[in-house]
Amino acid sequence: MARAAVPGRLRGRLIWRVARLVERREETPTARTLLFQVPGWPGHLAGQHIDIRLTAADGYSTQRSYSLAAPPDEDRVELTVQQVPDGEVSPYLTQVLGIGDPVEIRGPVGGWFVWRPTATEPVLLVAGGSGIVPLMAMVRARQAAGSRIPFRLIYSVRTPQEIYYAAELRRGAPGLDVTYLYTRVAPEEVTRPPGRISVYDVNTHGWPAEFEPTCYVCGPTGFVETVADILVALGHDPRRIKTERFGPTGG
Amino acid sequence: MTEGYAGLGGYDGYGYDGYEDGNALAGPLREIFTVDVTAATCRCVSCGRTGEVATLRVYRHAPGLVARCPGCDAVVLRLTRAPHAAWLDLKGTTALRIPMSEDAVSV
Amino acid sequence: MGIVSPGFQGRPRRGDTRLPPGQYLTEGFPVLSAGPTPRIPTDRWEFVITTETGQEYRWSWADLMALPSETPTVDIHCVTKWSKLGTIWQGVSLDTLFTEVDSAADFALVHSYGGYTTNLPLEDLLDGQAWIAYRYEGEALAPEHGGPARLLVPHLYFWKSAKWVRGIQLLLTDEPGFWETAGYHNYGDPWREQRYQGD
Repeated sequence: MARAAVPGRLRGRLIWRVARLVERREETPTARTLLFQVPGWPGHLAGQHIDIRLTAADGYSTQRSYSLAAPPDEDRVELTVQQVPDGEVSPYLTQVLGIGDPVEIRGPVGGWFVWRPTATEPVLLVAGGSGIVPLMAMVRARQAAGSRIPFRLIYSVRTPQEIYYAAELRRGAPGLDVTYLYTRVAPEEVTRPPGRISVYDVNTHGWPAEFEPTCYVCGPTGFVETVADILVALGHDPRRIKTERFGPTGG
Repeated sequence: MTEGYAGLGGYDGYGYDGYEDGNALAGPLREIFTVDVTAATCRCVSCGRTGEVATLRVYRHAPGLVARCPGCDAVVLRLTRAPHAAWLDLKGTTALRIPMSEDAVSV
Repeated sequence: MGIVSPGFQGRPRRGDTRLPPGQYLTEGFPVLSAGPTPRIPTDRWEFVITTETGQEYRWSWADLMALPSETPTVDIHCVTKWSKLGTIWQGVSLDTLFTEVDSAADFALVHSYGGYTTNLPLEDLLDGQAWIAYRYEGEALAPEHGGPARLLVPHLYFWKSAKWVRGIQLLLTDEPGFWETAGYHNYGDPWREQRYQGD
C-alpha cells in the first residue's frame, strides 16, 4: 500500500537527491519502467514529475524531466521511460544503468496537473501514447486511497503492442472504465477502424459535461490540442480541463 | 515532458507546434521559489487574460524558457538558467496571485 | 559536480578543432523557437534598414532577388551547444544592402517578424561577415529555419542570426535584444564561449 503523499508542508527549494535503480521492467519493446530508491523522498501527488540528472566521469552532465508513474511507496519512485533512438539519456536509462547504480533526482514538481484523493468530482483521463504515465499515477493513487470516485480512461495508442501497464489495466478496478483507441493497428475484435481520436470517441467514452468531471489530458501537443478543443465543444468548462503537452526533444 | 515522451514526436501526424504547457516551468521555478509558481494566477499585460501559470504556452527548445499567453501569444515570462545564475523576466504579467494557506501548501 | 552515473557518456564532446569550446557536433538541424512560427508570404515580405536619423531603406522580395547573391559555406554554433559544420547558404551580403546607407551608427538592433530582436555591433554585419539568407542547402529556406529570409552571422552564436528577419535599426547607443535582456551575452563569440552575461 502506498503511503499517502505529504504535500502540506513548505519544503523549501528543490535539492538533488541520489537515487539508486532497484528494478527495471519491460513495459513495451521500447519502454521500460524504472523503480528507484530515493532516501529522504518527501512524497508526491499523482500527476507530478521529476527532473533526473546524469553526470559523466569527466563532469559533463545533462538533465531531463519525467512524469512519475505511481504514487510514492515509502522512498521509492517509479518512472516509465520510452527509448528515443539516438537519444542521449533514454537509451542509457533503459539499457545501460545497472541495478544499484546512482542517478540524481529532484522533485516532485508541478502543483497543477495533479489529482488529489480528497477530490470528489468524477474524473476523465485522456492519454495519447506515453502520455498515459502521469494518468496511470492517478489511477494507481485512486486505488491506493481506496477511493470510489468514478474514473474513465481513454487511451489512444498506435498499436496494441504499445500499451503501457497492459496487464494491470486489463485487471482493472471497480469504478474504472478503460477504452482503447487504436490509431494504426487495432486487434481483430475491435470494430472501430483505426484512427485518431474524434468527438464521437470522447462523447461516447467520456463523461457528459453536466457531471462536471475534472478532465486530465496528456500527450503530444497536437493530441492535447485536439482533445481540449473537443472537450470544450462538448460543453466542458475549460477551467476543469487540465493538460500536459509535450513535444519532441533532442533526446 | 521532454525525452520521456520524445519517441512520439510527430505522433501519428498530429502537427507539432513547438510548445508545451506551463507545467514544464515547475522544476526550473522551484529551483528559485519555495512555492509552486505554476499554480499561481497571472494576468497578461498585453490582453488581460487571467489564468494559471501552468496554462501558459512554454517554448523550451530555445536558449531559455519562454512562456506565452495562450490568448494572444505575448511573452508573459522568460527564464534563463546559466551555471551560476538565473534570469527571470516577469514583465508580461501584471501580478502573480500565489495560493497560500495556513500550512503554506506547496507541492 | 554531481554523482557520477557509471557508464554514462553523454554526447561526444571533443576531438574536432573546428568546434568551439563546449560545443558538440550535430548532423541534424535542430529547430529552436521562442514562439509561434511566422508565415510570411513573399509578396508581403519586406526588409527595412532604418538609420539613427529615421531614414528608411526598403527592399521588397523582388528587390532582394534582383540583387547579386553569394553562396557562403559556413560553420554555425548554437548557444545550446550544438554546432553544424559546412552549411551552405544563399543570400545577399549586407555589404550590398548597406552600400547606399548613410549612417554614423555603431550599433544595430535586428528585428524579426513575430517580434524577436537581437543586437550586435554594426561592424559585425559588414566586410563579408553577414548575409540575408533565403536558401539553405539549395532549397528555399523553410519557415521553421527562418524563411523566407533570415540573418546569417555565423561568427557569433546562432541566436544573433535572427530568423524571419524584417529589418535592421541603426543606433548610436547599444540596445540589448530578446535574449540579451534575459541573461545572454551581449556579443556572443563562440570561440571565447561568451554564452551568458559575465562570461
